[in-house]
Amino acid sequence: MTEENLREKLLKKTGAETGDSVRIKKDDGRVYEGILMPHHEFSNRDVIVLKLKNGYNIGVKVSEGTEMQVLAKREKTKQKAARTVPYDSKKPTVSVLGTGGTIACYVDYRTGAVYPATTAEDLAFSVPEVFDICNIKAKVVFQLLSEDITVENWQTLAKEIAEEFNKNKVNGVVVPHGTDTMGYTAAALSFMLKNLTGPVVLVGAQRSSDRPSSDAAQNLLDAATVAANSDIGEVVVVMHGEISDSFTTIHRGTKVRKMHTSRRDAFQTINSEPIGIVSDGNIKTTSSYRQKTTGKVKVETEMEKDVAMVYVYPGMQPKDIPSKKGIVLVGTGLGHVSKPLYSKIKKLIENGSTIVMASQCIYGRINMNVYATGRDLLKLGVVPGEDMLPETAYVKLMWVLAHAKNQEEIRRLMLTNIAGEISERTIYND
Amino acid sequence: MDYKSIGFKAGLEIHQQLDTKKLFCNCPSKMTDSKDYSFHRYLRPTQSELGEVDQAALAESKKHRHFLYTASKNSTCLVEADEEPPHALNNEALDVVLTVASMVNAKPVDEIHVMRKIVIDGSNTSGFQRTALVALDGKIKDVGIETIALEEDAARKLEEKDRVVNYGLDRLGIPLIEIATAADIKTPRHARETAENIGLLLQATGKCKRGLGTIRQDLNISIAEGNRVEIKGIQSLSAIEKVAEKETLRQLDLIEIKKTLKERKVKEKDIEEAPVIDFTSEMKNCKSRIVKNTLTNKGKVFVLKLPGFAGLLKRENSRLGKEFAVYAKVASGIGGIIHSDELPGYGIDEKEVGLIKENIECNKNDGFAIFLEKENVVKEAIRAVKDRAVLALQGVAKEVRRALPDYTTEYMRPLPGAARMYPETDVPPVEVTKKRLEKIGKNLPELPEEKEKRLSETYGLNRDQTKQLIHSGYEKEFEQLAKTFPKQVNTILRTLLNTLPELENEGVNTEGINNALLEEVFFSLNKGLFAKEAVPEIIKYLAQNKGKHVNDAIQEQGLKTMGEKEIREVIRNIINERIDFVKKKGIGAVQPLMGVVMRELRGKADGRLISSILKEEIEKTL
Repeated sequence: MTEENLREKLLKKTGAETGDSVRIKKDDGRVYEGILMPHHEFSNRDVIVLKLKNGYNIGVKVSEGTEMQVLAKREKTKQKAARTVPYDSKKPTVSVLGTGGTIACYVDYRTGAVYPATTAEDLAFSVPEVFDICNIKAKVVFQLLSEDITVENWQTLAKEIAEEFNKNKVNGVVVPHGTDTMGYTAAALSFMLKNLTGPVVLVGAQRSSDRPSSDAAQNLLDAATVAANSDIGEVVVVMHGEISDSFTTIHRGTKVRKMHTSRRDAFQTINSEPIGIVSDGNIKTTSSYRQKTTGKVKVETEMEKDVAMVYVYPGMQPKDIPSKKGIVLVGTGLGHVSKPLYSKIKKLIENGSTIVMASQCIYGRINMNVYATGRDLLKLGVVPGEDMLPETAYVKLMWVLAHAKNQEEIRRLMLTNIAGEISERTIYND
Repeated sequence: MDYKSIGFKAGLEIHQQLDTKKLFCNCPSKMTDSKDYSFHRYLRPTQSELGEVDQAALAESKKHRHFLYTASKNSTCLVEADEEPPHALNNEALDVVLTVASMVNAKPVDEIHVMRKIVIDGSNTSGFQRTALVALDGKIKDVGIETIALEEDAARKLEEKDRVVNYGLDRLGIPLIEIATAADIKTPRHARETAENIGLLLQATGKCKRGLGTIRQDLNISIAEGNRVEIKGIQSLSAIEKVAEKETLRQLDLIEIKKTLKERKVKEKDIEEAPVIDFTSEMKNCKSRIVKNTLTNKGKVFVLKLPGFAGLLKRENSRLGKEFAVYAKVASGIGGIIHSDELPGYGIDEKEVGLIKENIECNKNDGFAIFLEKENVVKEAIRAVKDRAVLALQGVAKEVRRALPDYTTEYMRPLPGAARMYPETDVPPVEVTKKRLEKIGKNLPELPEEKEKRLSETYGLNRDQTKQLIHSGYEKEFEQLAKTFPKQVNTILRTLLNTLPELENEGVNTEGINNALLEEVFFSLNKGLFAKEAVPEIIKYLAQNKGKHVNDAIQEQGLKTMGEKEIREVIRNIINERIDFVKKKGIGAVQPLMGVVMRELRGKADGRLISSILKEEIEKTL
């Protein structure tokens, strides 16, 4: 529907723009005065949105007889006051590398639209208490909803982080990130960055920062605390620990998964214990972690992109498994697929593909020795993914395929704990 | 009072809970005291238009705002906990609002947009109240309706202690219709009538909740030479009139005070520069318990001179001293202040008052206020009192006040500017289609006036009776019963309007009394199985004995009607026992003996029959 609708025609005719004061007279005699707002994506196509003097927005439907008049052009938006970033040489310095997402948006009260924060400084200034914790160096690496983030973005981000440590000598790095794929990015960075000289902390928000109840501020403050003051030399995720604003949890980047669509405490450490918590600004670590080192951060960003993650389901056909260099099968139970898929798997492996098994149970370890199906698949050459999260196994396979010299090394690396992704023991927790 | 001559103007804002599911989720709109889970939160002021957070507001939020929410799984889900985005706007609730809009001839908007109104007192877990404008520009009788909105009710405040505010989440999200009238109301009585008319209209939809706390009424009042004052939380219809009367007197008096201050030549500068003295050491030996307590808690005693305010702080219709105290309390948290118009008192004697006056150089027109607290608190309190004192020079202060049970009002907060609202981006707009409006137009409930007319014509009720019946919300039940038992209309009416509420007041649970059971009662009454006087007793029995029937009640309560012969016998016995009295009083004995006879026969026979037999029997004796 490229045809111009009545609303667009009327706006064009009168030259009215968003923010202008207008009067609309409908053909039934109703008259509305207000400020012209941007068209809402779910509004009827012929509806003009007005903000009335009492603050309410309403939709006015345009018909052939509707008249409109611009009463006043919009006021120019005031320039934002220039800001000086405070600096205190006694405090640690943390680099904030913006990537987009819920944590970093603000509302334009004139139009009511929600915009992403354009600078990481915007973000730091929206939570000014962060300057009590550390000095902030801010930079936007990219502005993406997390579902749009690609492998190239991980690579860029990893290089930027390494540079912040190696060149700018920051104590830690905070990466505000959309929550949907934050676990993937955390895992990717975990494999790409070695010999970390400080913490890399990914942080997000489940409630956008334009609302008073947002979890963004607390998450960000605690992330900055971890980045500035902890001796962790790993990639971690810091998010709300429960639905109360009481503490945040420090999760290992290779073991963390978004387990709820909307709750503040959606992020959970799976098949392991969290590294610790932050409460009232104090870090309390509760399990072991890799300590930060000195020297230079090593960055290895090569990835094999011809990798797929395939969810196994009843009735699945061999053609449903794509031909790729690497495949993570998210199998049933201890690590199973149905017999009709064997032939395809066999063929792929014979042609040099690597197939790794993870479980759709999410919780627990792969064990392909218990049932005949598992044993059959092992015989075919499927690599059992231990207690790795499917997403982590997927990211790891990309990284391993780009770094291993031969099949034997691929297999060995996939079964070796590189960045905390495999735990030797599965401890009971409730 | 001639309200026209003083330029009285008022508008009403009525909030009524709707009897549907919640506005943005599928939870039942149910109040409950059970608690299944709790959590706590902070709220932060959001960034301003320029992308900054106001430091003062931030400090404020850090100091005060810590919220504990308790909730029941029966009446809340993750939406109330702000752990899940809101669902789409409840269509049933919207239909009720569109129905009301249609009944007052208001024009619905073409598309409804849900807005967020920032509220960071914790009463909304999200930090804002969701509200949507549905219709504009209607009329009810002679009063304009400016706006009709649909919004979500806030959480219920349960307790506030040590900077922790405890809210119950059950009420959060219950749909409210908000009706705002124009400032067309001309007298306090008119305000009450208008509220009554709106209330009847709302009840006519059959989709509004009934009972205490389901309707909240705010009143805007101004008089000539004054300012707009908004009064929140008036609980009943009758209170509206009384609050409006008292508020008018208060505003008139404030204008009088303004004139007096002018005569006394008090200027803003005099108040701003009024002396404050530390009187702590002078009050060391004061016998006042409040003073003693303050000193033990290491507080101090400060005195602020109030130039020109002597005799103006505590008058019949206004209590400026209390206004000062509430301003001080809101700003600083100080417990209260003591002002010169209430002294000597509180254990502070004439001598001490004299000493204070001397020290701050009061002449006969000057007043003063005493502050008892730690120095930093007093500083904020004095600032607030000065601010309020300056406002007294202008007469009526623009402000939001709270209605109190004695119909007076108390300062709450300054009048907000245009509400800062922005779109609720999580809820899609709703187009109000022609089809929807047509359907609503075809199914409009009977208007209250029509219903009144019909009820009075069909059942021969008088004006008061129809009014009461419609207010009670029992008209459906009444009509069903009255159609079946036309002879018992009055008894049916009395049962619904008096008996049931009276039993409830007695603490009898009348939940089990449904229309089927009432039908049984009136069927038996119609057959003459008992007298109509026995109806309350029978209903009480049925309420207290679930599963029992009218016959059981008659048997067990001994309410079976007596034949004329039996009645005559009982009456003769009573007369014989008091034969001297009857002889002496003659026919005048009927009245006093009726009480005695009724005690024996109540519920067993019709009152009129008893009365006529008694008369006959007395006449026979004479």
